[in-house]
Amino acid sequence: MYAQMVKTDAPRVKSLDEMDPQERAFQERIDAGQKIEPKEWMPEGYRKTLIRQISQHAHSEIVGQLPEGNWITRAPTLERKAILLAKVQDEAGHGLYLYCAAETLGISRDEMYEQLHSGKAKYSSIFNYPTLSWADIGAIGWLVDGAAIMNQVPLQRCSYGPYSRAMIRICKEESFHQRQGFDILMKMVKGTSAQKALAQDALNRWWWPSLMMFGPSDDASVHSAQSMAWKIKQNSNDELRQKFVDQTVPQAEYLGLTIPDADLRWNEAKGGYDFGEPDWNEFFEVIAGNGPCNAERLGARRQAWEDGAWFRDALTAHAEKAARRAQPVAAE
Amino acid sequence: MSSEWPLWEVFIRGQHGLNHRHVGSLHAPDAEMAINNARDVYTRRNEGVSIWVVRSSDIVASAPSEKGPLFEPSNSKVYRHPTFFDIPDEVGHM
Amino acid sequence: MASATATEAAVDRAAVFEFLLSMGDNALILGHRLSEWCGHAPALEEDIALANTALDLIGQTQLWLGLAGEIEGKGRSADDLAHHRDALEFRNLLLTERPNGDYGKTVMRQFLFDAWHYLCLTALRDSSETRIAAIAEKASKEASYHLERSRDLVIRLGDGTAESHTRMQAALDDLWPYTGEMFMNEASDAELAAAGVAPQPASLKNGWDALVAEALAEATLKKPVDGYMHKGGKRGVHTEHLGYVLAELQFLQRAYPGATW
Repeated sequence: MYAQMVKTDAPRVKSLDEMDPQERAFQERIDAGQKIEPKEWMPEGYRKTLIRQISQHAHSEIVGQLPEGNWITRAPTLERKAILLAKVQDEAGHGLYLYCAAETLGISRDEMYEQLHSGKAKYSSIFNYPTLSWADIGAIGWLVDGAAIMNQVPLQRCSYGPYSRAMIRICKEESFHQRQGFDILMKMVKGTSAQKALAQDALNRWWWPSLMMFGPSDDASVHSAQSMAWKIKQNSNDELRQKFVDQTVPQAEYLGLTIPDADLRWNEAKGGYDFGEPDWNEFFEVIAGNGPCNAERLGARRQAWEDGAWFRDALTAHAEKAARRAQPVAAE
Repeated sequence: MSSEWPLWEVFIRGQHGLNHRHVGSLHAPDAEMAINNARDVYTRRNEGVSIWVVRSSDIVASAPSEKGPLFEPSNSKVYRHPTFFDIPDEVGHM
Repeated sequence: MASATATEAAVDRAAVFEFLLSMGDNALILGHRLSEWCGHAPALEEDIALANTALDLIGQTQLWLGLAGEIEGKGRSADDLAHHRDALEFRNLLLTERPNGDYGKTVMRQFLFDAWHYLCLTALRDSSETRIAAIAEKASKEASYHLERSRDLVIRLGDGTAESHTRMQAALDDLWPYTGEMFMNEASDAELAAAGVAPQPASLKNGWDALVAEALAEATLKKPVDGYMHKGGKRGVHTEHLGYVLAELQFLQRAYPGATW
């Protein structure tokens, strides 16, 4: 997911009886479906976990601009160019909303950038894969945004008010993202044989990384259990992955494209598809920084930040000058 | 490292004449840029006709610990709500 | 479209076509340059704002080139014109194809262009060709905001830190020789002006000078003296940069001829 394997610092999930009164009152409010707001008391673990999760989510939006941004100048028509630019711009906006949500927890955006640039903070593994053809832009919208929506829709109900509100805004704006991706591929599979081949190639390359977005099975993870108890995670990774596969397979069939998984078949008994296991070694390598584009992606973000320092400083300096000028001259 | 642009809260009045509503926040070096940035960030989908920005540090908020004393007293003033009063059907709409 | 027909009869259709190409190509090439920043701007808010300007320009491209194709009458769409002409047939100002440079240079290029664009579009709202007036009506509102924003930034960066001042002055000096082209009258311009289709380029010079001088003074930047001015864009003689822009912009249409997307 956009936030993968977020740690909680919890050795295990405490029961209500083990909590001190303050923490117990907090947990009871969460259990009752109430929202937690910025200045209210919260356990340190809750605060830290949220910062990790929201900032990871924000970083993913910002780094996620890059693979798609790679094709803006080469979009095939003026309309496709405008749509793609608007979409990538939305991602910058979503990163901004999320950074702001995290800032309510007492961390600055600059600190979060610093964590991203130093490699301390992670972002979604998916954005370390290259966009090699125009069909990849279709595949990202269809599969990557499709997978993201699976996770983001339930997050609208998460327990932390600012995060929940950011997700509501994001989900509303993102509803066109997946459709535009599917629309690109629909056009391509109805086009020339070369276009159809590009579409199939994109699906071949993006399918497994998309399944990896949900992260490895977390049914036994204490972090996941704690996050669920805090209602900052609503479903298990496997649950969401299953839902994604079940939703996506018929769409691939509609496009006349083949999902690159020999083990994929309908399981009548469970009412869903059986499917193969992603290559988790690859996933951990990508997370560790060894994906095809890790160095470029992080390098591009660092450079944008460093090259822009003089610009940000100049605007601050001007604001200070203007404020000084606006002050009335002191009487003698 | 240089200092960060201050944070601003953004309020937008939509097309339908309702009050300005808090929509989110952003960073900007000064008020004028904050208005411009708010226009670019928060009205991308034709959401607004008027923008207010205010420095986050200038917002004075009620303390969460006073939630009880501040808001619970109004719970008992049920007579402030129109549903408190039973008006017979034959009187018609009121 | 009675009035449009009347205009077409009065003015050489080819001159109107060329004029529309120049408006569309300016928007297309500058929009392309701005879109190169997406994901790389110095602040998140700035990234979003610049994308808005780029989106406006791409939208304007569709309108201008769409009308150009209509007036030409050979069945070419805006996309055909954008993706299937070579550099020699492009009519954009050389200023719009200048490489982005640092963010300050991008801002300065934008300001110099926006000031002209705003004045030009404002004049075009009164065009005798109603379809041109309609596009200008919409585009001038967009350009007005672009100008407000780029002007604000030029002032802040010029009068910011010593470093930003130096960078902005260098950007200004570097770009200045590309501003003269905006005000050079070509042969067909007199004809268009006489028919009330478009203003004479030179007629915009005083207004532009005033707008620019005022902002530069506030920015504490030194307005360069008008010296030698580069030209050729409006006649299809471009700098080497345009070829690379088009190689990118037209790649898919060229690599997959006849495909629809």
